[in-house]
Amino acid sequence: MIAMIEKFRSRHDRALLLIVFWLLLALFGPLCSSHDPGAIGSQSVFSAPSVAHLLGTDYLGRDTLARLLNGIRHTVLLCFASTLVSCSVGTFLGIAAVTARPWVEALTGRLADGFLSIPSLLFALLVIAVFGTSTTALIVTMGVIYTPGAYRTSRALAQRIARLDFVTVARARGESTPYIILQEILPNMAGPMITDVGLRFIYSVLLLSNLSFLGIGVQPPKVDLGSMVRENMLGMAYGSPAMIVPVVVIGILTVGINLALDSSSGRR
Amino acid sequence: MAATIQVDNLEIVGRRGKGTELPIVCNVSFSVQRGEMLALIGESGSGKTTVALSLLGHIRKGCRIAGGTIRVAGYDVTALTSHECRSIRGRVISYVAQNAGSAFNPALSIMRQVVEPALVHRTLPRRDLEARAVSLFRALALPDPETIGERYPGELSGGQLQRLMAAMALMTDPEVVVFDEPTTALDVTTQIEVLSAFKAVFAERGITGVYVTHDLSVVAQIADHAVVLKDGAIREAGTVSKILFKPEDPYSQALLAAAEPRSRQADLARQPEQRSLLDVRNLVVGYGQRTAAGLPEKVVVNHVSFSVPKGRMLGVIGESGCGKSTLARAISGLQPWAAGELLLNGEPLTGNVRERTPDQRRHLQLVAQNADSVLNPSKPIGQTLARVVRFYGGLRGAAATRRVNELLDMVRLSPSLASRLPSELSGGQKQRINFARALAADPQIVLCDEITAALDTVVAAAILDLMKELQRDLGLSFIFITHDLHALQSICDLIAVLYAGQAVEVGPAMALGKGVHHPYTRLLHDSVPLMEPGWLESTRIRRADETMPATLLNSLSLDPELCCFLARCPDRVSGLCDRVPPPVRSVPAGPRVLCHLPAPICSEFLT
Ligand SMILES: Nc1ncnc2c1ncn2[C@@H]1O[C@H](COP(=O)(O)OP(=O)(O)OP(=O)(O)O)[C@@H](O)[C@H]1O
Ligand code: SF4
Ligand SMILES: [Mg+2]
Repeated sequence: MIAMIEKFRSRHDRALLLIVFWLLLALFGPLCSSHDPGAIGSQSVFSAPSVAHLLGTDYLGRDTLARLLNGIRHTVLLCFASTLVSCSVGTFLGIAAVTARPWVEALTGRLADGFLSIPSLLFALLVIAVFGTSTTALIVTMGVIYTPGAYRTSRALAQRIARLDFVTVARARGESTPYIILQEILPNMAGPMITDVGLRFIYSVLLLSNLSFLGIGVQPPKVDLGSMVRENMLGMAYGSPAMIVPVVVIGILTVGINLALDSSSGRR
Repeated sequence: MAATIQVDNLEIVGRRGKGTELPIVCNVSFSVQRGEMLALIGESGSGKTTVALSLLGHIRKGCRIAGGTIRVAGYDVTALTSHECRSIRGRVISYVAQNAGSAFNPALSIMRQVVEPALVHRTLPRRDLEARAVSLFRALALPDPETIGERYPGELSGGQLQRLMAAMALMTDPEVVVFDEPTTALDVTTQIEVLSAFKAVFAERGITGVYVTHDLSVVAQIADHAVVLKDGAIREAGTVSKILFKPEDPYSQALLAAAEPRSRQADLARQPEQRSLLDVRNLVVGYGQRTAAGLPEKVVVNHVSFSVPKGRMLGVIGESGCGKSTLARAISGLQPWAAGELLLNGEPLTGNVRERTPDQRRHLQLVAQNADSVLNPSKPIGQTLARVVRFYGGLRGAAATRRVNELLDMVRLSPSLASRLPSELSGGQKQRINFARALAADPQIVLCDEITAALDTVVAAAILDLMKELQRDLGLSFIFITHDLHALQSICDLIAVLYAGQAVEVGPAMALGKGVHHPYTRLLHDSVPLMEPGWLESTRIRRADETMPATLLNSLSLDPELCCFLARCPDRVSGLCDRVPPPVRSVPAGPRVLCHLPAPICSEFLT
């Protein structure tokens, strides 16, 4: 375990640690609050922080902290899942483009270019209009939106590595393509790919928050950071934490990971 | 006038892993006046690259400057923030790295990468920069200076990339240029071109230079002063002529002795003829689409034939870009060929490695050119070796570990190295591992592509000794690709001289230096730098006189059938060489030569 932490530290993958932190918060955060996020616990709406409600209450008098923890859970898990989809599919296709026959690269390259030319919000609106706003639909939509980007990054990386002599030597030895991909190419892509995963994660947080803010993302009774902001728009006039805190959390989440990514790539 | 570079009492310390800090550079002081060239001489691990990089304010990870000052062109480098360092890098001082191959991004065109640093510093608009780049390409004797910028790094040879890297460094018109072994990877004839190009560009722009090298004859040509480093400390400093001709320190004397060519030839040559192991017959390899004639658009290896007898070493020599690596790739089945055949033990081999039998793959091993990229950076070297042992021999567990240790021992490395990552090894060690990996397959023939090119004399000599030992002890055959005539002469039994993809001469190595040879072989022989100042200029002038004027050349309809060496041949016979394709001639007890009149090597060219 210590060795693992050492390894993380020595490779400066703070961004990864940060993502793990948010994941833990998403998984266990809601257990920390005794309030039920859905229950109306107080008569006063948009109340200021108090001992009973640490972050005050929202527009229906529900506990903001409980809802916030719940919102974080949805935002983080949803975005994590969609990032997982986009990065694994993207990496798979990127490596396939480099190692398989030339037409694979031509085809995937065209597709990626096509997808990249559609504005992501527009594409999301379109898909959601057709398939609805179920969690699965959201994950898949966001996954598809960010796949071309991950594909491009991984293709460029794999292309660079595949031309190095140790890959040539492995090919000359007669190693199978899966071995070359898994043992020779992938391990050397890991570092830069982590940066990419972090970036895609940030993008999806922003996109999901946008969608939810527009009312077509996560639907009640579920709550995420974006929909919290929308619900509590009225609270802006009162400076209510119910509206401000989710905004701040989105900021901390994205900017924090971004900074960690910058510091890690700067040191490489 | 203050010196352009002034280093005082420089101390750099570093640590490996969690160990204590060890001194890497101790108490190094030197100064370089404007327009002068200082050579840093030393073997690998002597800290010469560390000192050179510290001039740019770059210190390797885990190391730090513990004391002393560095002043470069009026900047106190040790006091600069990393941002300030970046702003002077490229603009005031630039760096030409040892291994240009890994410094270029394979996905971008050459021109984009060459103008990039200049664009960052916004010295000139892009159009002017590109014009400037083209003129630098020309000055550095690159082929097709107008269009080479549109190509991609993968399409250029190692030597060409090295010169492009120098062009990139000179783009911003820096005051100081640091060269880290820039010509080590070049063949002798190109080296002359590049060195004189460097010299001309320096004189013209008044550039101050620091030249890191282990090649003493290059030092004699290009530097004014020299510093000999050993274990991070200065052993001797002074003018070049003093260090080369009156060295006082025993270490400098030893370095000079190692630079003397020395023969490793055993009495192998007298043993009876062996049956041939590998036969290359009329091999044609090229890149690009096939033309109507069934040949590729760009033929790189042109009807090459030779054979390697069992237990013998064949040296392939030729200038950068002549197709040596392409030939090696074709033989190892990584580059399909257009015509010809290849026989291993009398059985034909296919051009695709996947279609060869496991035994054929095992018997023919490739040791690739670039020590920096031949080992998977994320795998400990023990694992790299164990994989090969398991792949070919099916050994696992303890048996595999034993075999790995045996291999490490074979290449004279300690088994404790097995747990290290490639980044924790020196260049020479990496090259030994690279070698061990080929031996792990228990091969019959090993193809070595420029394996000593990036190593310093002392380490390279050790690798050559190792090869000779393996040849003797294991009865291995080798194809040794090189541009270093000394190395070739000292270990090979046979040589093949490649020019523009044609094997212009194939013959016994013993005959080299005497008897009748192809004019190009003579040129090569005569281009090995001598350790005398002024040799560069005199050779350059002689060379320029001999070369056919460009106008004359263009007026000829250049028939590809004609002698490929026509334009540079000092002995050509007009009316014959520019009309009739050269025949293959066998010189009695000598080489097989592709020329109308094989020229005798005059005694003055004997070294
Ligand atoms: N993939 C490619 N596509 C087109 N041209 C190529 C390609 N690879 C190499 N070449 C060209 O083929 C020629 C021979 O290259 P090769 O790498 O065999 O040279 P080399 O003799 O090994 O040189 P060096 O000593 O510099 O390593 C060069 O002119 C190079 O530009
Ligand atoms: S054939 Fe003529 S031009 Fe060619 S190498 Fe021989 S003498 Fe020179
Ligand atoms: Mg080569």
